[in-house]
Amino acid sequence: MNPNQPSKEPLLKIENLKKHFTVKSGGYFKQRKKVIKAVDDVSFTIYKGETLGLVGESGCGKSTLGRNILRLQEPSDGKVYFKDSNILTFKNRELRKLRKQMQIIYQDPFSSLNPRFTIGQVIGEMYDIHGFAKGAEKENRVKEMLELVGLDPSRYTSFPHEFSGGQRQRVGIARALALNPEFIVADEPVSALDVSVQSQVLNLLMKLKEDLGLTMLFIAHGLNVVRHISDRVGVMYLGKIVELSETDNIFDSPAHPYTAALLSTVPEVDPMLKKERIILKGEVPSPASPPSGCTFRTRCPLATERCKVEVPGLTEIRPNHFVFCHYPLEAGQNLKEVIASRGSVTS
Amino acid sequence: MSNKILEVKNLVTGYQGKDGFMKPVDGVSFDIEKGETICIVGESGSGKSVTSMSIMRLVEFENGRILDGQILFCGEELSKKSNEEMRQIRGSKISMIFQEPLTALNPVFTIGKQITEAILFHRSMGKKEAWLRAEELVRLVGISDPKQRLKQYPHELSGGMRQRAMIAIALASEPDLLIADEPTTALDVTIEAQILELLRSLREERGMSIMLITHDIGVAAEMANRIIIMYAGKVMEVAETKDLFDQPLHPYSKGLLESVPRMDGERGVPLKSISGSIPRLNEVPPGCRFSPRCPFVTDKCHKQEPALEKRGTRQVACWHVDELFEKDLLAIKTEGGVPIES
Repeated sequence: MNPNQPSKEPLLKIENLKKHFTVKSGGYFKQRKKVIKAVDDVSFTIYKGETLGLVGESGCGKSTLGRNILRLQEPSDGKVYFKDSNILTFKNRELRKLRKQMQIIYQDPFSSLNPRFTIGQVIGEMYDIHGFAKGAEKENRVKEMLELVGLDPSRYTSFPHEFSGGQRQRVGIARALALNPEFIVADEPVSALDVSVQSQVLNLLMKLKEDLGLTMLFIAHGLNVVRHISDRVGVMYLGKIVELSETDNIFDSPAHPYTAALLSTVPEVDPMLKKERIILKGEVPSPASPPSGCTFRTRCPLATERCKVEVPGLTEIRPNHFVFCHYPLEAGQNLKEVIASRGSVTS
Repeated sequence: MSNKILEVKNLVTGYQGKDGFMKPVDGVSFDIEKGETICIVGESGSGKSVTSMSIMRLVEFENGRILDGQILFCGEELSKKSNEEMRQIRGSKISMIFQEPLTALNPVFTIGKQITEAILFHRSMGKKEAWLRAEELVRLVGISDPKQRLKQYPHELSGGMRQRAMIAIALASEPDLLIADEPTTALDVTIEAQILELLRSLREERGMSIMLITHDIGVAAEMANRIIIMYAGKVMEVAETKDLFDQPLHPYSKGLLESVPRMDGERGVPLKSISGSIPRLNEVPPGCRFSPRCPFVTDKCHKQEPALEKRGTRQVACWHVDELFEKDLLAIKTEGGVPIES
């Protein structure tokens, strides 16, 4: 268990957040508009000092959610409370102030750093924009940041291409932390890195989070990585958070059939630990035409008629364990066994 | 007649650079037995893809050249074959599937056209017959509604479907060896599980050998009979899957296995990691290539390069295996790891 239990003081409260995109489809003369619900009515709380992991397959809206919380994209509807004020109502100056407190680390360290800027400029720009420091003081601060993330401060004048992938990601982390923010969205920060480098960056993130008392939304598709770093985990599917609970609950007794199936498909780093795999049929439906009722029902091994017509609500089945499903699994119940027992009833 | 379908001996592949050849593959040897799945595991830049491109003799189309070594496929030397002879082998006896199916498939032809093309190139049969065969293949790889799907273009299919279509093309003339270069890297875990399951069942049904290239140790653990660990253009260790995970013998294999967060490991603790990163091709260190990152490095490692040597059923390229093994320094310890600063 993590010795530093996060407090129960909410830092961010997200209420009914929606991000809908309209796309044009059809021919020139027969234009139709389709609405893609990338994030669809999501509500949750991020507590101070915790790492909330967000997992899901590509296209489930996890990155969009992260960006909308930071207002890097404008949400279509909903509320985001950061320390009791709804930041969606913020205008220019307030918003700029807010940016000091909320930062993002991007996935791809190759495209998120300007190739024409030196590392000093990349990080120093943060101080320029927010009028924090100038001249020699700025340089000192940048060097401090470089040291903090484990880079040699003498490489202040190097360009991004002179660094390896892992080092570039460290620069991205230094940039995000330059203004001493309270909240960080880490959007797949290690997915583009090789395994041996991945663990270096994960260790750095865990250490910095501890030392600086950061709150983090950690978005990733690698379940083992999310399990390792997160205090709580949210599982997304087609724009909705379908399950949210403490990490151990999610991984030891998943309640949503999707979570259970997802967990069973993770390739395990030990050939002796052969699990019973539950292979989901088909693929994630297009968010432009999601299924009726529960959006997971087309791939769900437990789906019934009820799932077709009735949209499930987010229910707290066990303390702090929220599930978006009509037939959540009970603690200790194995999805495979449930499927088997169901099968004997219907056939 | 040996049981080996492929033998690679001391393969060296180079690309012409500004000053001499760069060698992403520098003296690689391994073999594949009939019906076996081997996985080549390594980080990016370890030369695993170039190895597979060399076997298919595709490096020549990318300005590369096989500089030395032998590639024996069913006893036949591939590196000396003419282009025309290679065309007969590619796709018929050895097939390959790639990481990104969207770039590997031709966007202006339907899936059906591309599969029948592969069939007709190697078999003499009528177009209608080929189309029926394509339907059969598409059904085999688990695409529903084959008649409809064959008429679709690659962009109309999802990532998993495209990868299935690629596998169908690769299977068109029942190859003996399938080379899969990171076939699931671009896919989501649930789709990855489907594709791996498909590959597994195809191997069982057809007795085909598979050479799977991956950077994901988890995928290798699930699929492989034997695992080959590559680093900076060299083979570091070859071992049966079970043996490798029981007890890696090379410090790099150990580091690689330890740095992956396990699903049953302790959470929140610092992960073991290998300091530094893989060297670039033009700055390969002298001596053992892993020496700058190795925690057990000695003077000898900096000066002399260890050869890949037999050790029971396994092979390792490290000067200090025996010593490290005796002192039990190679056992995997994932819990309560010590943070290694870099």
